[in-house]
This record gives sequence, C-alpha cells and structure tokens, in this order.
Amino acid sequence: MCEHLPREMHKNGKRIVETEVKMATQKLVPLTGDQAVAEAMRQIEPDVVAAYPITPQTEIVMNFSQFVADGKVQTELIPVESEHSAMSACVGSAAAGARTMTATSANGLALMWEIVYIAASTRLPIVMPVVNRALSGPINIHCDHSDTMGARDSGWLQVFSESAQEAYENTIVAIRIAEHKKILLPCMVCQDGFITSHAVEGIELFPDDKVKKFIGEYTIEHSLLDMDNPVTYGPIDLQDFYFEHKRQQAEAMKGALTIIPEVLAEFNKTFNRNHDLLEEYKLSDADIAIVATSSTAGTVKATIDELRKQGMKVGLLKPRFFRPFPKERFVKSLSNIKAIAVLDRSDSFSAQGGPWFSEIKAALYESKKQPLITNYIFGLGGRDIFPENIKKVYSDLEAIKKAGKVKSLVNYLGVRD
Amino acid sequence: MAKKKGWKEIPIGGLIDKGGTAKEYNTGSWRTFKPIVDQSKCINCLQCWIYCPDSSVIVKDGKMEGFDYEHCKGCGICASICPVKCIKMERE
Ligand code: SF4
Ligand code: SF4
Repeated sequence: MCEHLPREMHKNGKRIVETEVKMATQKLVPLTGDQAVAEAMRQIEPDVVAAYPITPQTEIVMNFSQFVADGKVQTELIPVESEHSAMSACVGSAAAGARTMTATSANGLALMWEIVYIAASTRLPIVMPVVNRALSGPINIHCDHSDTMGARDSGWLQVFSESAQEAYENTIVAIRIAEHKKILLPCMVCQDGFITSHAVEGIELFPDDKVKKFIGEYTIEHSLLDMDNPVTYGPIDLQDFYFEHKRQQAEAMKGALTIIPEVLAEFNKTFNRNHDLLEEYKLSDADIAIVATSSTAGTVKATIDELRKQGMKVGLLKPRFFRPFPKERFVKSLSNIKAIAVLDRSDSFSAQGGPWFSEIKAALYESKKQPLITNYIFGLGGRDIFPENIKKVYSDLEAIKKAGKVKSLVNYLGVRD
Repeated sequence: MAKKKGWKEIPIGGLIDKGGTAKEYNTGSWRTFKPIVDQSKCINCLQCWIYCPDSSVIVKDGKMEGFDYEHCKGCGICASICPVKCIKMERE
C-alpha cells in the first residue's frame, strides 16, 4: 500500500534527504469503523435505506443521513419508528426490486427478529451492517457477539470484520454476494462495537467509480411493483410447500460456499486484496493455534508475533464467514494442529461452549486426526481482552499438548472468580 | 390430483410468480355445509354476492345464478343475509 520514496532536496544550501510517504492508489482517510461503513454505503448508494439508530451503530445511520441531506446520494432514506419497522420497510422495498440496506446492533436486531427471518426466507438480498453489541440483559452497550450469534439460524449470511478497513470492504463485497442470482440471501456485515466502530483508523477508500462498477446494477427477476406481471410475495405457505421453500434456502446457503470465493476472487482482483472465507496467520507450521474472529484476531496476531520471537510455534485461524459455515476449510486448516483453542465472544448457554466452538468441534469430527480442542468464552459485555489473556491461552494449549488431553472443555477468560 | 412440484421446480422464497392463482386453489373442499338457492323465490337483490367473502356467488346480467362450489367454503353468510331466506345450508 505505502511506498517510502527517498527524495533529495536542497534547503538553505544544505542537502536534505526526505522520506515521502506516497500512496500507491488512494490516500488514507482517518475514519471510525462506523464512518467507514457509511462511506461504503455512500459509494454503494442503495435505492433505499430504512433504519433506526442504536448504539453503537448510530454513527453509520447518522453519517449516511448526512450524505442524503447533502445530496451526495439519491437514496430514499426512511427514518422509521423502530427496528421492526426498519426491517419491514426493507422487505417491502427489496421485494419491489430496490437495492436495500439498513444497519443495527444488539437490541435493535432483537426487535427486528420476526422480519429478519422473513427477509431471509423471502430471499431478499438486503445488506445490513451490524455493529456487534451485547444483548440485554443486564443492559450493556459494549461489544460481544451475542446479538448476531443469536441470529445464526435466521438464514442470513454473516461475515465478521477484524478492522474498520475490513468492515468497509466487507460491506461492498456483501452487496455482490447477497445479490448473486444463485444465492439471493440477505447478509449481515459484523464489526466489533466501539472497538472498531468508534476507533479511528487510517482507511483506504476505493475510488467511487470503481466501487460502483464492481457492484453494478441490481435487477430483480420479479418486482412487486411490476403491474404488468403481478406477483405475490409472502403468501401463506402451509404443510404442502413450506418445507420445499426451506429446502431451497438450505441449498442456497450451501451453494454460497462455492460462490462466495468466486466473488471474493473478483473483488481481490479489482481492489488488490486477499479476502477469503477464512484467514490463516502463521498457521502452516504451528503446533498450537487459536481460532478468533473480528477485532480479537488483531490482538492474537500481535501476540503471535511476540511469542514467535520466543520460539513458540503458535498460529491463528481467523474465520470471516460464519454463515455459510466453511466446514471443509476448517478441517483443512486445523487437522494438523496439535491443540486448538476456540475463542467465543458469546455464550450459547448450551453448557457445552460457545457457537464457534460447537460448530468447529462438530466439523472436526470429520477429520481423521481429531486435534485436541478447547473453548474460551471471553469479552462479554465489552470486557477487554489483552495480549496477557491470549498468552495465557497459548500456555494452556502448551500444557494440553504435553498432557495429550483437555482437562477443561469450556473456560471463561477474563472473568473474576 | 396431480403430483405436487418438488423444491427444484418451484419459485424461490414462496413467491407466486403470476396473478389470479387463488382460482386454482380448491377451497370448496373445506366445506361442511353447502348453500342451495331456491331460484323461484330469489328477488336478485345481490346481497349474497356483496357479502360472500369468497366471491363464490355467480351473477350474470344482474341475476343471481348459483354458486361456485370449487371455492365456496360454506360459511353461510349468504344464507344469513338473504332478505327472502331462499338460501338453505345443507350438510355435504
Ligand atoms: S340474497 Fe337471496 S334474494 Fe338476494 S340475490 Fe342472493 S339469493 Fe337472491
Ligand atoms: S356459503 Fe359463504 S362462501 Fe359459500 S357462497 Fe355463501 S357466503 Fe359465499
């Protein structure tokens, strides 16, 4: 991205060598994660945005509303009275054939719950940035993943972002993925509340025209407003056809596993990126590894760099997509690891660990080598996670590796005893 | 009855891709009581036609001509509203 070009200059008769930072493509802009997503929405310029503000998503809607007010986008902005209405308006607008977006967090997502399922089962490719926040109660406005993890069976695609930059890029590519004719499923683009949503990062914004060209025009096959070819969206669907429609939905999600990498490849080529369903960090020669998503992956990477200097063979697997769940990729990446710790920023209260853990463990059942695996639930309600916590996990993993067995399957990291 | 289509053959998302398909749905099979009109007493006021919730009263040239039994659900509203009581409900 950056090139440091030495430059010779003469000032007051003295020769000065300066280093000038030049961006190969675009300049970096200081933006929060929320602002970065709002910029993505400005470039996408959806036909309709229906949204209700909720912490820590508020800045997305606030900034986007400003773009509408300033005439920077032609989007029809519908300020609604609740998230239930927001998602309802999105369903109507998407059925009409409008490219439609909204954004939410935590309790807002909970309030739109009924319509979240309807959007997915009606196969409407709505893209919704979700700024992850702990679901009440007790009421809390800080980051954890209980909100979107609760929606994991709703039929939405879910992608998690490590940084503001990733949240920006995921928002753009999500449009293409959701609208793909063979997918047609709505997509949640998740980032960590406050940690990335409110921290300022240097963001490389892609040129507007390039983004517009990449996402292209959206055309729906059957518009609700096409009076010459009238159709019905959302009719009652009883014992005789409901099951068939659910079967189609399952197939679309499964098919997305092969289509998403194709769309990502096009995105990578266009924007010079390296997106995949999941990302490995120093994993290929690692003995022990952590699986962590979103901003925590960044903390783990920094810790790995430190531990590697001490000669520890540690690595990270950062999943990006939770829905669809890239089962085979997990098996491939993790089978040769001796001991794995899965970090979950939410509990499923199943008494057998968090959602990432349960699904990764289930996936590894199909692996011939079944690595030792353990779960850490951490960061609930925005509890900070530090490199010290990560180091503790790696030292636990060393002990597990040596002992050849897992003593404690589900652990709570960073909670007071 | 024709074999119902499988999941690969139907439009996705529960979409009905054309209008007027309620016609193909035989709601008449739900009926327990069947309306029978005594046309000799009928004064063609068309109250039954106005009130029928299933558009199952057949009217031609301003005259009540009987019922569409494919779609009449047998609710009895027509019999109840008829001012001359010329519709009776008979058990199927
Ligand atoms: S309500 Fe009775 S009288 Fe009037 S049209 Fe119908 S059947 Fe005839
Ligand atoms: S019984 Fe009910 S459905 Fe049937 S014709 Fe009368 S009003 Fe209509």
